[in-house]
Amino acid sequence: MSETILKINDLKVNYGGIEAVKGISFDVPKGQIVTLIGANGAGKSSTLRSISGLVKPSGGTIEFEGENITGKDPTAIVKKGITLVPEGRKIFPDLTVLENLKIGAYLRKDDLTDDLNWVYDLFPRLKERSWQEGGTLSGGEQQMLAVGRALMSRPKVIMMDEPSLGLAPIIVRGIFDIIKEINARGVTVLLIEQNANMALKTAHIGYVLETGRLTMSGSGEELLANDQIKAAYLGT
Amino acid sequence: MKIAAKRNNTNSIVTLVCVAVLLITLLVINKFVRSDSMIMVVLQKTCVYALAAVSMNLLNGFTGLFSLGQAGFMALGAYSYALLTIPVEVRANVLYKHAGGIIDFCLPFIPALLIGGVIAAIFAFIIGLPVLRLKSDYLAIATLGFAEIMKNIIMSNDVAPLTNGPDPLSQYATGFGLPTYLAISAISILIIVLLIESSYGRAFKAIRDDEIAAEAMGINLTKHKMMSFIISAFFAGIAGGLLAMFNTTVSAVSYSTIMTYEILLIVVIGGIGSISGSIFATFLFVACREWWLRFLDSETLIPGITRGSFRMVVFSVVIMIIVLFFSRGMFGDKELPQIITNAMEKVRRKRAVADKVGESK
Repeated sequence: MSETILKINDLKVNYGGIEAVKGISFDVPKGQIVTLIGANGAGKSSTLRSISGLVKPSGGTIEFEGENITGKDPTAIVKKGITLVPEGRKIFPDLTVLENLKIGAYLRKDDLTDDLNWVYDLFPRLKERSWQEGGTLSGGEQQMLAVGRALMSRPKVIMMDEPSLGLAPIIVRGIFDIIKEINARGVTVLLIEQNANMALKTAHIGYVLETGRLTMSGSGEELLANDQIKAAYLGT
Repeated sequence: MKIAAKRNNTNSIVTLVCVAVLLITLLVINKFVRSDSMIMVVLQKTCVYALAAVSMNLLNGFTGLFSLGQAGFMALGAYSYALLTIPVEVRANVLYKHAGGIIDFCLPFIPALLIGGVIAAIFAFIIGLPVLRLKSDYLAIATLGFAEIMKNIIMSNDVAPLTNGPDPLSQYATGFGLPTYLAISAISILIIVLLIESSYGRAFKAIRDDEIAAEAMGINLTKHKMMSFIISAFFAGIAGGLLAMFNTTVSAVSYSTIMTYEILLIVVIGGIGSISGSIFATFLFVACREWWLRFLDSETLIPGITRGSFRMVVFSVVIMIIVLFFSRGMFGDKELPQIITNAMEKVRRKRAVADKVGESK
């Protein structure tokens, strides 16, 4: 197995006295797609939010490329190369598509042309609409914009919080194809999803979260074949 | 890309034309109209209030921080300006209860204005750290409180040797013409526009649109909010200095919540997030209040109904009508050149369609 880029060790996250994540440990190998699946309230989003620095973990450590980044602020973490595509897309509705993309590269001072071209290659639709306000895009286009915006920071690890939420099945398939394409370019992907079927088919490694604890792990195919997973998440 | 570039080009041309027309009009008025006529007074006051409104819009419209501290920062600017430009020989007359006060030097008006801005900015820095943690209404209440406290501190007898306490200041540098007001106001507004168009401005707008997403993109919320707050206060301070210059006397009483509300009203009517909207609305606001509606105050117009200050009643009704018809302000969050460009685009498209229909016939 390749080297570990992100190492989560006994991570605990509290939300107003409630322990949302109760000490989980997992590794994200470099250049792979890793998925955390689980029901609502299992602690998936909390995990991503604490890795990205939006919430401070109450315990445990997060290591990125061998360096302890626990409790650092989001600015430092984005600078190091971890970017979050937040749940519900959260694009900037009153900024144009191009401005949204530029905000993604806010901390970079170098030339953006290559990255902009790459994002426009991945999502030709965004190029057509570059001067349009983000809020006027359809749900699927907004998700593309959210992913494109995150890519503009030139991340080593891109974390996606439910990219398929509220989108039509055909668009969801498109989003997952894009995830594979991004990964093929060498970007490590940490994906959390309720759409366990799609997520496990796409991911190299999967972890199952239940009420703040990791209960299972394995390759995507292994988990897909697992009877318990089938019963609980795939509905078959 | 091509379409976007073309749009940008048209937009910049229209912007240039708008600014040029505005400047030429003002210069022509300045040359041919007597300096004590009503329009000159209105235009001077417009310059002052436009800067105050734009500085408030930077914070409320572009950074999404609903702050009501404007009058407080303007009071700081006004007092700094007045105190620093009273000639040394008349200080004993103005601050006669305090033997001329503790300041015993006099500065030229530009440095005095700038110092007023800097002092306002320093106060913004001091109160910003605790206050900017608050959101929406709570921020508004806290900043409103700050402005009231500022007013009362300036008027208190404990600082009277410095500020002349409850007594007004006068005889400072004043009597400048329209070009002075215009130049100072225009340069300040230009700086704010350049800031908004820069990557910092983009970050402000991102914070306004979605704080969490902005934070996730690595934008440091505290730092950027502070920056916007301090810069807004700086220019509010300058606007306060200009207002002192315009009014010829300064008294803290007039820098009250009502002044903040007036400026907020202008920002809302012009459009939250539109600089040209704020400027245009300022002109309408000042012109209506001071000039166009004056005739309503005469008791002979409609005997029994019109009387002193009747114009304020009509004025309020006009404002209500504007707000009813333009729920997002006159310009929304667009700038005037953008609105003109969009309208031109529409006409062109209509014409293209008409041509095609004509051809097919």
